[in-house]
Amino acid sequence: MVTIEEAAKHPITVEDLTVAYKEEPVLWDVDVNVPDGSLMAIVGPNGAGKSTLIKAILGLVEISAGRILVYGKPYPQQRHLVGYVPQRGTVDWDFPTNALDIVMMGRYGYLGWFKRPGKAERDKAMHALEQVNMDAFAKRQINQLSGGQQQRVFLARALAQDAQIYLMDEPFQGVDATTERAIIDVLKNLQAQGRTVVVVHHDLETVPEYFDHVLLLNVRAVASGSVDHAFTQQNLRTAYGGRMDALLERER
Amino acid sequence: MDWTLLFTDYTIRNVALGALVLGMVSGALSAFAVLRKQSLLGDAMSHAALPGVVIAFIVTGARAPLPLMIGAVIAGWLGTLAMIVIRTHTRIKEDSAQGVILAVFFGFGMALLSWVIRQPGSEHSGLDKFLFGQAAATVASDVAAMTLVGAVALITLALFWKEFKLISFDSGYAAALGFRVRALDILITTLIVIAVVIGLQMVGVVLMSAMIVAPGVAARQWTNRLGLMVGLSALFGALAGVTGAIISSLDNALPTGPVIVLVITAIALVSLFFAPERGLAWEWTQRRENRRRLRARLQAEHVAAKEFAS
Repeated sequence: MVTIEEAAKHPITVEDLTVAYKEEPVLWDVDVNVPDGSLMAIVGPNGAGKSTLIKAILGLVEISAGRILVYGKPYPQQRHLVGYVPQRGTVDWDFPTNALDIVMMGRYGYLGWFKRPGKAERDKAMHALEQVNMDAFAKRQINQLSGGQQQRVFLARALAQDAQIYLMDEPFQGVDATTERAIIDVLKNLQAQGRTVVVVHHDLETVPEYFDHVLLLNVRAVASGSVDHAFTQQNLRTAYGGRMDALLERER
Repeated sequence: MDWTLLFTDYTIRNVALGALVLGMVSGALSAFAVLRKQSLLGDAMSHAALPGVVIAFIVTGARAPLPLMIGAVIAGWLGTLAMIVIRTHTRIKEDSAQGVILAVFFGFGMALLSWVIRQPGSEHSGLDKFLFGQAAATVASDVAAMTLVGAVALITLALFWKEFKLISFDSGYAAALGFRVRALDILITTLIVIAVVIGLQMVGVVLMSAMIVAPGVAARQWTNRLGLMVGLSALFGALAGVTGAIISSLDNALPTGPVIVLVITAIALVSLFFAPERGLAWEWTQRRENRRRLRARLQAEHVAAKEFAS
């Protein structure tokens, strides 16, 4: 059991976390400690509970057991410290609005109830769009953006939250090279500013290149820590089972 | 027709005003219902409202508009909650749950209705007009009640504009930001129920759902901005309401619901076919144009290749 004083130093502390949909456990007794200022990848096979872990941290799924602390406090007290990039496929991009309007949603949490976004929010949103090289597309309808551009709009929306911790669900999923480059730049930038980023990631090959910490997940936390220590053949084999070699082969 | 009647004739003025209010409110909320893919919900709810109307009539013993509306809202609301319970606690899917609620509530309402109509002294209650709507029966107190309830719905929509936009686009993100998504969900669904209920007397329970689907579908075709879409949707709804209600009030044999629905259907069809960028006609000419251009390019290349060879 981590004390509150210790947990307060860590962006995210997950203890004995168990999440189940109906009877089936999706996460089982997971302990994770995300170090301050780290750039952490969550990897694991399909159905390993990667997205569920992020959603549990954000209070979006009911947890069966365990606790989650954000700088030593429950998430509802720390919302303003956490930015979120959901999977691009979870929304309908035919919604009638433009990129800037979506990015401004990142400010809604600060505005609170009833208040309408104004010039300050628009400026923040434009700045966020610039950071992902999408400022030229601010007024573009979101259904006319490519998949990669939509992903960058989602990233910009999280940046507009001006958070200390960022949780991103598969931001690299099906994006073009330009977008991949833009996302990596943003990640490195955030880290340079001392912020913490946790990313659900699919591509094992790029883990050592993009990240410094890793969590290997397969319902249970197989291993976590710095990439040098945790991202080993042995741990990967445990996380992915016998399919690991085939998987590495296919990704290559 | 003498158009000054619109302002001077008591019945026609009430009919036109009532239809205007009903069209505006259902139109504005139709935009959200369509974007939230809840348009079928309107169908289930309008049918589910019938027992509420009849029970309110039995309890109050009169056809006063406000109690009947409240009865309809409560029944529609109960239907919605029952639907949510069915969906979350059983293996029955959303569409089937809507079907179940529609059938059970409407069947119960019809049974109650035929019982009330058979009672002595209530032949003129006019409750059966709730099935297909009756514009000509609209009186000033009906219009006042519709306006009051409609204004509450539209003001609520304006107050929670940002929140409704957010949950309609990305409810998971809204929850992460700390907005109470479930409460907002119930609130906007309630507003849609209210929009349905406002139209019950004029359009009827059977066809009111069209007013929750068609204006939003039509408006989406013409704009890519949410505010404009809601405004256009309200305008289309109002236009259909007024046109349909006036036509039907000129001839009492014409039930209002079907006439209004024919008008809004015409608007939706024109929008689906002829709107720029999203319309079928536009898409079709675009495709032809593309094909023509490609063929011309191909031909030019062939010619160039032949010249090069010779």
